[in-house]
Amino acid sequence: MNTLTTQDTFDVLLESAPQNFSVLRAAGKELYQAAGLPAAKAEEYKFTAITKKLEKSISDFRAAAPISISQNQITESTFKGFDGYILVFSNGKFLPELSSQIEGVQVGSLEENNEGIGTIAKAEKDAFAALNQATFSGGISITVPKKIQVDKPILLLSFNQSNEGQVITPRFWIEVGDFAEVTFIDQSVGLGDSSYFINKVVEAKGGINSQINYYRLQHEGDQVIEVSNIETDVQADARFTSVNISLSGDMVRNNLSLNLLGSNCEGNMYGIYLLNGKTHVDNHTNVDHTIPHAESNELYKGIFDGQSRGVFNGKIFVRQDAQKTNAFQQNNNVLLSQDAIVNTKPQLEIWADDVKCSHGCTVGQLDEEALFYLQARGIDKTLAKGLLLYAFVGEVLEKIEDESFKNHVVGLITNRLGSKF
Amino acid sequence: MLTIKNLHASIEGTPILRGINLEVKAGEVHAIMGPNGSGKSTLASVLAGREEYEVTEGEVIFQGKDLLEMAPEDRAREGVFLAFQYPVEIPGVSSTNFLRTALNQVREYRGQEPLDAVKFLSLMKEKMKLVEIDQKLLSRSLNEGFSGGEKKRNEIFQMAMLEPTLSILDETDSGLDIDALRIVSNGVNQLKSDKNATIVVTHYQRLLDYIVPDYVHVLYKGRIVKSGTKELALELEEKGYDWIKEEVDSAAV
Ligand SMILES: Nc1ncnc2c1ncn2[C@@H]1O[C@H](COP(=O)(O)OP(=O)(O)O)[C@@H](O)[C@H]1O
Ligand SMILES: [Mg+2]
Repeated sequence: MNTLTTQDTFDVLLESAPQNFSVLRAAGKELYQAAGLPAAKAEEYKFTAITKKLEKSISDFRAAAPISISQNQITESTFKGFDGYILVFSNGKFLPELSSQIEGVQVGSLEENNEGIGTIAKAEKDAFAALNQATFSGGISITVPKKIQVDKPILLLSFNQSNEGQVITPRFWIEVGDFAEVTFIDQSVGLGDSSYFINKVVEAKGGINSQINYYRLQHEGDQVIEVSNIETDVQADARFTSVNISLSGDMVRNNLSLNLLGSNCEGNMYGIYLLNGKTHVDNHTNVDHTIPHAESNELYKGIFDGQSRGVFNGKIFVRQDAQKTNAFQQNNNVLLSQDAIVNTKPQLEIWADDVKCSHGCTVGQLDEEALFYLQARGIDKTLAKGLLLYAFVGEVLEKIEDESFKNHVVGLITNRLGSKF
Repeated sequence: MLTIKNLHASIEGTPILRGINLEVKAGEVHAIMGPNGSGKSTLASVLAGREEYEVTEGEVIFQGKDLLEMAPEDRAREGVFLAFQYPVEIPGVSSTNFLRTALNQVREYRGQEPLDAVKFLSLMKEKMKLVEIDQKLLSRSLNEGFSGGEKKRNEIFQMAMLEPTLSILDETDSGLDIDALRIVSNGVNQLKSDKNATIVVTHYQRLLDYIVPDYVHVLYKGRIVKSGTKELALELEEKGYDWIKEEVDSAAV
């Protein structure tokens, strides 16, 4: 089946894909070609016209070749106070020579071993995931063995730049053993002014009683168009927490899927959008409660200025067996300008009868009463606005357990809001 | 200190204040009374700079400056303080952070050095005693989950911190039990000096037993229809507002 879109957009990328893992790649290619890029009215991409955007902004659909990265660039891109391990990527390619050794953790290029790839983020679910499976190059595999508690956070530092081609296809495979704990900070740095397209897939497989924090900061320039698929399997007694901070970009679509597979596990999805200009960010989340006694928490907060655009779609799927599920979802948005738009939609499918499930979406303006109250105490209007907006997103920032990363994000946000205090 | 001349204000095209004249001098306490809906809060809000109200006529001079020209924050920095009838709950903004920001903004405007954390805390402790406010309240988000009485107390605490020249207390007595009323009034009285002035807005005489006014004005249908001394308040307590309403309404016919 083909759609309205040109199916050959990514042909050059597919043709020049790496030769390894031919079976895996062929399957990805077939699924991608069967699905095609999302058509203009495709339900899943209804508010995010990614296909049109790609066709308009990207002219060279070859893979962007890795660029050389200096130690200096790495130092400069590492935020103040960071104390942890750094894994460096250039246009999706893992650079072991510039990366830290992490004691007790196995880190390798995906060029050697493809075990597990595609078993969590399944290619049949999304055309971009399929395309990634067919074309990824130089990804990474990170294995935290059983019972290892990685003492410091791991910074996944990606440098991206259009270079010959404009398509970057990162792929991360993360495996965390039973009772193991690890925190990732996924941060990208955009170089150059030309547009590039990131098509990223992250698969995380957590063992029983494991704990994974996956923090992501989307703060590249406005040259980035991105689709990412992050998906994880959460086993019994385990916890997976995602905190996604989106501050800039051209068009960004984040698909986040949590499969809760073992009882008493917990899946958390938190996020902030703080956008201006013409930035468009779409967070599509999906939590699948497959078993009884699991909990999911979701809180996304958005602040939209200028002509920015936000989309939130939160799917909670509670299967018939998943009794005693606790699922909470909230998405609150503040529009600061007439021209900003947000579309928010909870999508609940609940097949079990004994569940606690709550959800709420709001879209509003800044609270004028509160603003006046602060001004009436002598606080400058701009600062007062900043304080209120900061307070609005503060609840999400509290979810970040790593202090240095939290401070970094707080700094970026207060700077943007003019609310230094 | 404050001169209000022929002040008219409306909201969404409806006139609410219809020619207010008032003169307040340093050292004085003025009470503004009047039935519900007569425009007392509107007057307080217009003085503090709430934007929904449109001033259609008249002027307000505060210490030689045109008050109506100023942004709300500048009025506060110049020394105007409004204790809100309904203080706003602001989740996520800590009371302490808020006050420190406010105080330092006011100080900056007045050309004073910002207070460091230590000095700020000791000032806070001192002023907390004045209104017997619990430290625990101040470690919470601003007014969040405070009882009505706690909110009012917090207003007077903020007033004590900011040391205004002109304080406007809008129904600060409502929602207070007798002990809280005494404490809050005590605080207000201790802050009184011959350099500052207070406007007490209330529709009960009760508060005026504690904060004794030099003048009492009755506001009705957007005008001050009667002024007198504290005896007027006692008369109102005894006879209610109906006789004043009748006087005004029959004169208008
Ligand atoms: N935001 C508003 N919108 C419309 N009418 C208002 C608003 N605020 C006050 N009013 C009206 O203005 C009049 C005076 O109100 P207010 O100043 O609150 O009186 P008071 O404080 O004396 O009880 C009332 O009739 C009230 O309904
Ligand atoms: Mg009132």
